[in-house]
Amino acid sequence: MGRISALARYMGMLAAVVGVFAGLLLAAPAVHATTAPPPASESTAPESSTEATAQDSEDSGGDETSNGAEYQDRISGVLRNAGAPVAGVTIKASGNGYEAETETAENGSWSIGVPEQGAYEVELDESTLPEGVALAEGQQNPRTVTFAGTSNITTLFLLGEGIVLQGDTFGTKLIERAVAGLSFGLLLALSAVGLSLIFGTTGLTNFAHGEMVTFGAVLAFGFSALGLPLWLALVLAVVGGAGLGYVQDAGLWRPLRRRGTGLVPMMIVSIGLALALRYTILFFFGGATQQLPDSQSPMLELGPVSISRNNLVSLVVSLVVILIVAALLLRTRIGKATRAVADNPPLAAASGIDVDRVIRIVWMAGGALAALGGILWAYYRPGVSFNMGQQILLLIFASVTLGGLGTVFGALIGSIIVGLFVEISTLWLEADLKYVGALLIMILVLLVRPQGILGRRERIG
Amino acid sequence: MDFGNILLGAVNEFFTPTTAAYALAALGLAVHFGYTGLLNFGQAGFMAIGAYGFAIPTLSFNAPLPVALLIAMLASVAFAVLLGLPTLRLRADYLAIVTIAAAEIIRYVVTTNGLTEVTGSANGLAAFEGGFYSLNPFAPGQYNLGPFSLNERDLWIRVVAWTVVALACLVIWLLVRSPWGRVVKGIREDENAVRSLGKNVYAYKMQALIIGGMLGSLAGIIFTLPRGAVQPANYGTELTFFLYTALLLGGMSTVLGPVIGAMIFWAVLSLTQGLLYGAIESGAITFLNTTQAGQLRYILVGVALMLLMIFRPQGVLGNKKELSFA
Repeated sequence: MGRISALARYMGMLAAVVGVFAGLLLAAPAVHATTAPPPASESTAPESSTEATAQDSEDSGGDETSNGAEYQDRISGVLRNAGAPVAGVTIKASGNGYEAETETAENGSWSIGVPEQGAYEVELDESTLPEGVALAEGQQNPRTVTFAGTSNITTLFLLGEGIVLQGDTFGTKLIERAVAGLSFGLLLALSAVGLSLIFGTTGLTNFAHGEMVTFGAVLAFGFSALGLPLWLALVLAVVGGAGLGYVQDAGLWRPLRRRGTGLVPMMIVSIGLALALRYTILFFFGGATQQLPDSQSPMLELGPVSISRNNLVSLVVSLVVILIVAALLLRTRIGKATRAVADNPPLAAASGIDVDRVIRIVWMAGGALAALGGILWAYYRPGVSFNMGQQILLLIFASVTLGGLGTVFGALIGSIIVGLFVEISTLWLEADLKYVGALLIMILVLLVRPQGILGRRERIG
Repeated sequence: MDFGNILLGAVNEFFTPTTAAYALAALGLAVHFGYTGLLNFGQAGFMAIGAYGFAIPTLSFNAPLPVALLIAMLASVAFAVLLGLPTLRLRADYLAIVTIAAAEIIRYVVTTNGLTEVTGSANGLAAFEGGFYSLNPFAPGQYNLGPFSLNERDLWIRVVAWTVVALACLVIWLLVRSPWGRVVKGIREDENAVRSLGKNVYAYKMQALIIGGMLGSLAGIIFTLPRGAVQPANYGTELTFFLYTALLLGGMSTVLGPVIGAMIFWAVLSLTQGLLYGAIESGAITFLNTTQAGQLRYILVGVALMLLMIFRPQGVLGNKKELSFA
């Protein structure tokens, strides 16, 4: 009986969450045009097939050509001259038997959808540049761009005379990659700390953590599309993430723990949950990549390093949040209780700690941290899409395993190593192989030190 | 709505080469997980190794069919050994994370543009199936089997695919009844007890990993042959999870379970698609479009995987006592 009532309660909660979520996203498209960067031209019917659009572009130039708005894989960028956006410049993309073109919008942004990932040739039509504006020296045109695992790639055409790419020397490049890697690593750490806390207190390897990351970014997009100010949308998204953590624990994981379900079955249940959540998000959100407000940010020069404003903000925010989490864990009663439960749940229960309450709080904190990580990841990629969490799930696992499963500070160190490694490896490796290095490092570390950097030997049994 | 056709479409799914490939790969997982207790989340990687190991020699050095097959199997064994060396001494969840990571590494490597010459990067490879179809003993034409009409290529691949599945089932059935099978099941139940009997647990686990991996690679070849193309996007982590769903549907510690599970998996997918599309076309459902109907089916797969694991982990055929976990 208990099993059935737990299931019914879970379904009820799930329905409520899905309902709220659905309402939010159904409301979203109406206001979406005002918040997301508008596509340059709306001339094509979204149903047109690849062949049809390819024919279109052969038959006639100009406004009847597709900009591929119906596809979810996108090539995009922003065209600026001396800081001011340049509108009305034609940019073409071709490759894999497909061709599309677009014009830059008022804010200088442009985006071309392509039917599949692969290599594309992107050409800026220099005759459409305004008078007196030219491509900067050394800017390849046309150039080949390649998708590297994400559904969105950015390529920037720099305008004006004498502008050269920053960081020509190896040292500068290395520093810039390292700063970007630190920013990426810290945003990974947000999700990894949550995953590690959950693993530490319940033993569950949660494959649905990637969807908790996506959920935060999608919520942020939904709330901001409703017209809420950005800060409020982000705060609500993080609260929503904590809510998802609570619902998951109360509706699914706690009943399973009560039944005494083993860890391996729970892991497989989390895979089912991940699939269900991912496709539920796809169902309501759609397959397209959407941008959060202010996703394009200016580059800041800090001494020798140039870093985009968003990356810098992301770095500072994640650092502060992680320090707060660390302080809470080390200094407060509930933090102490959490560490006690992670160490030995029966002993913690025997010394009067409410284990279920601690686990519930850990799930909520994990959900909130994952949601925040998702928002920052959406700014880092950039873009919100239904599978964005799945893309970094393995990197989160790699971070946690590297640092030592179940150790919070290990997760932090592991994440920073993975982030640095991913970004710095692009100096030598092709960009589409950058995740391979991080995963290989994880496997190699397991060979030498299976318990991870900070893990204790008995944890691996 | 034409219920006859929808039902026929679902029945047809029982016998497609894709179902055979799923059955074979899930049988490999049954050896790993159901019998030995190894949590391999990288079966998609083994399938990719099989498909690319077969396609690359054929296209790059014109290898004849048996040689290409041999290379694919050797690559699969090598992959299993590489995976097993660092992880088989560790706890189950480590193996899970490492295998899933290794499968993704394979997918990233075959997708990278640096290797376009060899792997075709994101577009994959095509036109390597000539050697297989030149062995076709059936004369060109249409063959009518009950309500289904197949051309000679379709018939040939189906006959081969299901013969391979039947042979693999026989081999695995004999294996798990043999002393080897008893030791492996013992490892699943209590590794330390088996070790204390003087068995080399590590070696047995490695053998199980290799055997299941080879089945996965064979499945990868069967999966690509009717398509005439191998594309990296097909070998993502979701493929592995769908295989687990099929395996758990049928029963993970059984020989026929994975086969029946794969059949049910594809028939139910086809049935729900037929019913949903029919309902949308006839106007019975207006709040969905056909794309969303496709997505709805995969939500159902996820929910089904959860419910199966919670309420009937032994599957359709399985015996609750023979679970690798209590």
